[in-house]
Amino acid sequence: MAVTGLLLLGFVIAHLLGNLCVFGGPDLLNSYAYHLEGLGPLLWAARLGLLILVLLHITTAVQLVLENRKARPVPYQRYKPVETTYAARTMAASGVIVLAFIVYHLLHFTFRVTHPDISHGLDPHGHRDVYRMVVLSFGDPRVAGGYVFAMALLCLHLSHGFKSLFQSMGWNSIRLEPKLAGISRLLALLIFIGYSSIPLAVLLGFVKPAGALS
Amino acid sequence: MNLVLHVWRQKNNSEKGKMVRYEAQDINPHMSFLEMLDVVNERLIQKGEDPVAFDHDCREGICGACSLTINGRPHGPERGTTVCQLHMRHFKDGEEIYIEPWRAKAFPVIKDLVVARQAFDRIIQSGGFVSVKTGSAQDANTILIGKDTADKAMDAAACIGCGACVAACPNASAMLFVAAKVSHLALMPQGQVEKQKRVLNMVRTMDNENFGNCTNHYECEAACPKEISVDFIAQMNREYLHASINEKR
Repeated sequence: MAVTGLLLLGFVIAHLLGNLCVFGGPDLLNSYAYHLEGLGPLLWAARLGLLILVLLHITTAVQLVLENRKARPVPYQRYKPVETTYAARTMAASGVIVLAFIVYHLLHFTFRVTHPDISHGLDPHGHRDVYRMVVLSFGDPRVAGGYVFAMALLCLHLSHGFKSLFQSMGWNSIRLEPKLAGISRLLALLIFIGYSSIPLAVLLGFVKPAGALS
Repeated sequence: MNLVLHVWRQKNNSEKGKMVRYEAQDINPHMSFLEMLDVVNERLIQKGEDPVAFDHDCREGICGACSLTINGRPHGPERGTTVCQLHMRHFKDGEEIYIEPWRAKAFPVIKDLVVARQAFDRIIQSGGFVSVKTGSAQDANTILIGKDTADKAMDAAACIGCGACVAACPNASAMLFVAAKVSHLALMPQGQVEKQKRVLNMVRTMDNENFGNCTNHYECEAACPKEISVDFIAQMNREYLHASINEKR
């Protein structure tokens, strides 16, 4: 759980940095996408690795939840937790919703199934026009809203997951614990702001379609 | 003071239990929670009813026998307090109080509020000891132990094995108990010799006893009457990782 979670967090951060290219304009984003796809077999190896990580993360999570449910067959009539957080108690729910989002997200931007009308254009350099696809997609408040909601849940998931992994791996200590809790929340918040800034910038008109730039 | 109690009544392990309502009138607020239950039981016996079974022994907070979940919290609302040391003045007159046993598959109910905690004994039997030659003890000062280490080991050794950590955990995990036992021995030079074998055996026995897994909610630390820190869980995880890597070599 901890190891796969940490590696997946690495992807979340790398993916965010790539996405932020959108603020550099259509040329930067499209050439980033062009070079990423140019990696060919390397890219597919990375994608396969990610798929394996996600599957391992899900398998261990399902195992964990099933074992934990079995460990208390008769529930409390009254149960008042005092120390745990909302994020910690909703890890399974936030995980399932984020998974559903990932499936939609891949169909949307990677396989370009959900919005075929705006997803197959080329830019003036002959590169795939990712910029146009992103900006026109997020122009729809439902797509943008769903994206921001999924990011909020992802970051809720991370705010518990990040500090939790240090405890599970035995890297935690009394002195480190409060700092880790703070870093975990800050990291989750930064990732949330980073990802959400893109649909919000499109909706608020800071990032415009390429035709409207000049 | 007058109270309304909702108490879990269960005849034995095979029958289903249920909450039963009792009125506890004229309770002295200076009584401990267990003394209040004694009074309730005396009245039940006078009426010819079956008294409520609950575990208790020393009644001074050091034996770990008492084990009641009060209003959804093991050992009740006060931090660092066993039920026997919890006094009725912490409750309001007329309050409704829900009293349940520890709830975990690993702790089956024997009767009413009494659960079997032999799973803990089996964990201890699998490694919670130091194998030493018996005979005359050597002078205590021949083995020097730093104050910090001694204090830390003592913090872990404060565990009375009551099981509140399991009862409080959303997953009914026994990690805090096992971590306390593993750490207090691993910190001492006498216990270090067997520390790898110990952590492997105790963790594996715990896994086989139907406890849940730790997902780092830290409810155990909040419920522990001895306020044992989840830091020991991190320490045990570290030791377990080292030991299992060494084992494969």
